[in-house]
Amino acid sequence: MNVTRRELLPGVWLTSMKSDKFKTDCISVSLLTQLSRETVSADALLPRVLARGTRSHPTMESIAEVCDELYGARVFPVVRKKGEVLALGFFGGFISEQYANGDKLLESTAALIGEMLLNPLTRGGMLCRDFVESEKEKLLEDIAARINDKRSYALYRLRQEMCSCEDYACDDMGEAEWVRDVDYVSLTRRWHTLLQESPVEVFYCGSASDERVENALRDALDGLPRGEINCDIGTDVRMNTVGPKPRYAIDSMEVAQSVVTMGWRLGECMEEPNIPAIMLFNAAFGGGVNSKLFLHVREEKSLCYYISSGVDVRKGVMTVSAGIDVAALEVVANEIFSQLGAIQQCQFAPGEFEAVRKNFIGQLRSLSDSVGAEEDYWLEQAIDGSDRTPEELAELCAEVTEQDVAAIARSVQMDMIYLLQPKEYGQEESDA
Amino acid sequence: MLERIDYTNIGETVYRGVLSNGLPVNVVKKAGYSHSFAMLAVNYGGADRRFKPKDEWIDTPAGVAHFLEHKMFDMPQGGNALFTMAALGAQPNAYTSSGMTAYHFDCVDNFYENLKQLVSFVTTPYFTAESVAKEQGIIGQEIMMCEDMPEYVVYYSLMRGLYAHHPVRDNVAGSVESIAEITPETLYLCHGSFYRPSNMCLCVAGDVDPQRVEDTAMYVLTDVDGGRQPERDYGEPETVCPAAVRQVRKMSVSAPQFAIGIKIKPAPRGEAYMRQNMVGSMAMYCLFNQSSPFFLRLYANGLLNSEFTTDLDYCAGTLTAMWLGESRDPEAVQAEIAAELKKAAEGIDPAVWARAKKSAYGARIRSLSSFSGICTAMVGGCFEDYDYMQSFEVLSSITKEEAERFIAENLTPERMAVSIVSEDAEAAENA
Repeated sequence: MNVTRRELLPGVWLTSMKSDKFKTDCISVSLLTQLSRETVSADALLPRVLARGTRSHPTMESIAEVCDELYGARVFPVVRKKGEVLALGFFGGFISEQYANGDKLLESTAALIGEMLLNPLTRGGMLCRDFVESEKEKLLEDIAARINDKRSYALYRLRQEMCSCEDYACDDMGEAEWVRDVDYVSLTRRWHTLLQESPVEVFYCGSASDERVENALRDALDGLPRGEINCDIGTDVRMNTVGPKPRYAIDSMEVAQSVVTMGWRLGECMEEPNIPAIMLFNAAFGGGVNSKLFLHVREEKSLCYYISSGVDVRKGVMTVSAGIDVAALEVVANEIFSQLGAIQQCQFAPGEFEAVRKNFIGQLRSLSDSVGAEEDYWLEQAIDGSDRTPEELAELCAEVTEQDVAAIARSVQMDMIYLLQPKEYGQEESDA
Repeated sequence: MLERIDYTNIGETVYRGVLSNGLPVNVVKKAGYSHSFAMLAVNYGGADRRFKPKDEWIDTPAGVAHFLEHKMFDMPQGGNALFTMAALGAQPNAYTSSGMTAYHFDCVDNFYENLKQLVSFVTTPYFTAESVAKEQGIIGQEIMMCEDMPEYVVYYSLMRGLYAHHPVRDNVAGSVESIAEITPETLYLCHGSFYRPSNMCLCVAGDVDPQRVEDTAMYVLTDVDGGRQPERDYGEPETVCPAAVRQVRKMSVSAPQFAIGIKIKPAPRGEAYMRQNMVGSMAMYCLFNQSSPFFLRLYANGLLNSEFTTDLDYCAGTLTAMWLGESRDPEAVQAEIAAELKKAAEGIDPAVWARAKKSAYGARIRSLSSFSGICTAMVGGCFEDYDYMQSFEVLSSITKEEAERFIAENLTPERMAVSIVSEDAEAAENA
């Protein structure tokens, strides 16, 4: 697969992946900004409002008509948190043109995204108040809906408590009171600021020639007001835990099953992070079916149905989540610590680490078969200032040793344990 | 020998056939892709609880098909296929619905070795009292997890409202009590009855050699009982009227979740089934997709949000049309859906129909990018005796009048049932 990267406009970078094997092509445009409590809810709201209507297509109905005519092309607002960087913008997916009777879907989809970003429907230069208020309601509903998915809610609450003094505590929506504070005037101001200051990442995947892609996107983004680009965007890594001992937090809710989530700082290994080793450490600990947590906590001890770990290499944070019987909390937690201890001491059964590595490398190599996965991968590379391909990352993983992984395991520091428990267990409030 | 079929309209090539051991095989050739996907599905799901393997009817506890799915990975020599395949670089997994059980994997390397493992473990039953007891703990936690998931609760609550006795109304995983009744003997009996090549389907998508797929499946699988199938009993046929029109459950949710449904009489297997599926899906898509005038109006007035979806769910001899989502006022949504159906039965706006058809075509083309999606659809076609890849041609032949007739005959508001999950169940009950 041929991946190229070039600057389209000042601070606007296009990553283009040429391939004719897909039946779905895509374009995404992402504005990068610092994740911050002050702005995250406005940033989450902005693409939703911009997608409500443009000068040429002033209603959702007229946008829907355009998309239907483009063989059901879909352009939707998207906001992603990558460490403490927020990427907000639009993702457009459309069928490969060879199935579209020769229609130029690339140019039309790019134009629609450009129009949403640069020429939304305004009144007196301000974003439409009705759209802003309506989308605020939807965002508030989404924020409230966090509790509907208990597993992700327990992870959200863990990060919120564990990183309470860091902007990382915010997710990609912010909080209800912050949303209520946004109005059409402040959102318009924020829109102008982002257009002028944000680095912009554009991604294309499909079969069109480089020249055609570049022209379509240049035309679409023509008129993007560029001021001084804010390149000072990044993630603050906190290497050590907040206190000398692990902290605890508990919420009680009407649930049948408890969810325990645990958070670690990756520690001193974040000074010069060996990314492939960190990723393989996570894979070996709780990243898949041949990880220690799955093998021992689920399969051997039958303590849960789901258990897994995840790692944010930008922030240097690792989390574990498991759905458990609350009475087994201590047993589960001890078993999780015991499995971490096994990796710290480099205890792998014959072939165990090799199996984990092979599996992880397989996942990396299959990225090239998914337009969506490639798009997200290259956005992350852009944020990290890297041009490493998934294949290169796979090659680096092949060189990681069991000792490298054990060294990462020895570096991590337990910071917080969060428990979502049934109400009958009593404790209503968070407990330090 | 598998037969090559080219679908030039959608740029797909499929190698298809039934092997001499009775196993139907589909290989969707995907040139240029790194990964491959294989699914071995069994025409046996959570609803197949009462059946006649030989001369006598047998009743099994709720949750056996799903329990079996969990235990199939255990191998007699003490190994576990899940770990063996993961060590070979694959991402193996499985799921059970009311109508079928599917085992699948995705991988970049060692495809044929993984395929051999897949076909071997699915056809090698090995259950002990100890391993069954161990799994009861894990599945018990899975059942508890589902009890906290509003989408599960609202779905099964709807099915219990719609269906008076058909087993699709029960949770596929069963209950903590019902799975406690499962023994190794239950599992051997169900495996022996349903896990036969002629009651299964293998579907592969990727840049693979169809001949090697065929050879691997032939090597591992042998015919049993000449393809004889057990009879299944789902009870007396259900009427199209719901057993109960309204179900309300209390849960910790941010806003009321709803599932609205209508029972439909499914067409007989084969082309009639595929056409009914396509006409029904197109009618639902036209009226209720997220570009439809209906959705955009209710989105703008705050009754719906982007969680709203529809489905036409064929399962174990049942067909259910469904509208799912969240709303501050599910009753108002139900009334709006009823009004929209009534209006559409009298005539769909030709411009809206034309747009929806073009958009639905695009959505189906996009779906061909998902290997798991393709294989799931192909397996569904195999079990119901139609060719999924032909559905693209069928779509282009569907007329507005056909969709209107489908709506008028099947989607009548008096057949509707609703299920609501709400924090304030009392208020929802009294609404």
